[in-house]
Amino acid sequence: MDKFKLPRLAIAGAIFYAVVQLLILTGVLNGYFVVIINRSMIFVILAATLNLINGITGQFSLGHMGFAAVGAYVSGTITTLVFKLSPHVFGDNLIFVGAILLGACAAGVVGFLIGFPSLRLKGDYLAIVTLGFGEIIRTILNNIAYVGGPRGLLGIPKFSNFTVIFLFTFFTIVLLRNLVQSSHGRAMLSIRENELASELAGVDTTKYKVLGFVVGAFFAGIAGGLLAHLLQIAHPTQYGFYASSILLIMVYAGGMGSLTGSILAAFSLTFLTEGLRVGIDWLRDSVGIPIGTEWTMVIYALLLIFVMLFKTEGFMGMRESKILIIEEKHV
Amino acid sequence: MSAPVLSIQGMSHYFGGLKAVSDFNFEVPEGVIYGLIGPNGSGKTTTFNLITGIYTPTQGKILFQGEDIVGQKPFRIVHKGIARTFQNLRIFGNLTAVDNIRVARHFTTKSGVFSSFLRLPSFLKEQEEVRDEAMELIKLMNLEHRAMDMAKNLPYGELRRLEIARALATRPKLILLDEPAAGMNPKETEDLMKLVLRVRDEFKVTVFLIEHHMKFVTGICERVKVIDFGETIAEGKPEDVVKDTKVLEAYLGRKAVVC
Repeated sequence: MDKFKLPRLAIAGAIFYAVVQLLILTGVLNGYFVVIINRSMIFVILAATLNLINGITGQFSLGHMGFAAVGAYVSGTITTLVFKLSPHVFGDNLIFVGAILLGACAAGVVGFLIGFPSLRLKGDYLAIVTLGFGEIIRTILNNIAYVGGPRGLLGIPKFSNFTVIFLFTFFTIVLLRNLVQSSHGRAMLSIRENELASELAGVDTTKYKVLGFVVGAFFAGIAGGLLAHLLQIAHPTQYGFYASSILLIMVYAGGMGSLTGSILAAFSLTFLTEGLRVGIDWLRDSVGIPIGTEWTMVIYALLLIFVMLFKTEGFMGMRESKILIIEEKHV
Repeated sequence: MSAPVLSIQGMSHYFGGLKAVSDFNFEVPEGVIYGLIGPNGSGKTTTFNLITGIYTPTQGKILFQGEDIVGQKPFRIVHKGIARTFQNLRIFGNLTAVDNIRVARHFTTKSGVFSSFLRLPSFLKEQEEVRDEAMELIKLMNLEHRAMDMAKNLPYGELRRLEIARALATRPKLILLDEPAAGMNPKETEDLMKLVLRVRDEFKVTVFLIEHHMKFVTGICERVKVIDFGETIAEGKPEDVVKDTKVLEAYLGRKAVVC
């Protein structure tokens, strides 16, 4: 038996990549759509990692974008600096990947620090602490002149393209899936189910709660780095509470604890945002209804209320698509 | 009977001014089935919570295999070899039955988080061992047909057995059962008695249980301790204890004894 084969997921990933790449090459998808797809994939990473903290370990984080901000600013600063000093000295992509990983490590360290309050706080209290954390990160970034302050970090080289983002997203999902469907992942799930019983089944609940935050923050840092190198700017407002709450809606709408749900929700909500933008512009310009794009948030809020009222467990519930389930022999 | 596996010395616990457990001194010899009985609110579950580290006793020592375990975290105490079940079930409802057991086998595995990310061969081998052992426990508890069902969908009696299986998966030397027969009919109770005896013999564990069913206690316990309002009122063989005046008073009231 070949123990390393990841058949279904690898095939699904390859098909997705090939189809999109083909559509780009044949010109069916223009640059605008490619950007939306790229953003969707970055949001897949963000939603899936938030799901690891909120849906799988059962903690409650409201400041997930803070981790992405750390990744974005650290990697953005590194690449900007390197290319200011000596453009085209090293293999470009090597520098880029290194910067992304450094940014992710920085985010992981921050996740470790944020993980500690989670040992003493539960539910709403933890939510408030993480909300505060997200705002602290945003405020700090707003006040460091070196990274541009409120103007944002400008002139980040454009490295993120469809292939790069796809590869990072694909491997993030593979690694998260491997973690969740291992004994470590089951230990995390048991904390969500019943923390006391988990502790008395011998699970070091402290360790696994912090682990959830560290792993979640690490990959969120990757997503932040990719986003910064896609938009070529890192701006404090991108990483505020507004963005974090959209991630939360993705996790809830997709299904708490379901990676499949997070992937589907990240794609559909990113496309929905763009669709609404187009729709609202049309209503304003052609029909003459005086509304602005801020109305997308109203739609999102309604969507969240709808999910909470009629589909509490989200689109996928706790189920996973077969594609994301590791096959086991004779169980 | 050999050396005590659990030895409790001068253990007291207060909730504010309320005395929940008062100066307990007792030993649980290795390999016995030891019963802790008493009316409601007498401090039985508190005793279990103290032994498993959920509460830290106000005073006293808890020696497990000669080592004082007071002040250790609950999961560390589990690692040392004390497992328990709960009076009102605490099952991981959204995990399958077999996963409930696998969680409890997790801490004995050595593979780190990185090897689980990469699914290294050593990690996979270990995961297979865990799964096979979990399936054996499932079979022992006659839950094979339920292995892949979500635990929340199992009927009550099966959940009781699943919880015992989960406790056994931690490879304990001492297992604490908190009212295992609660809510069971006479037939189920009888099966459970057989199961407890079998578990004791096959897994070589010492069993320490809380129970209200007197038939259950007199049927399988070799030693019994009776407590009321946090005080020990009797200790000894079950057939002697049930005749004790103080015990009858605690359970039935003073008048009943006079009659």
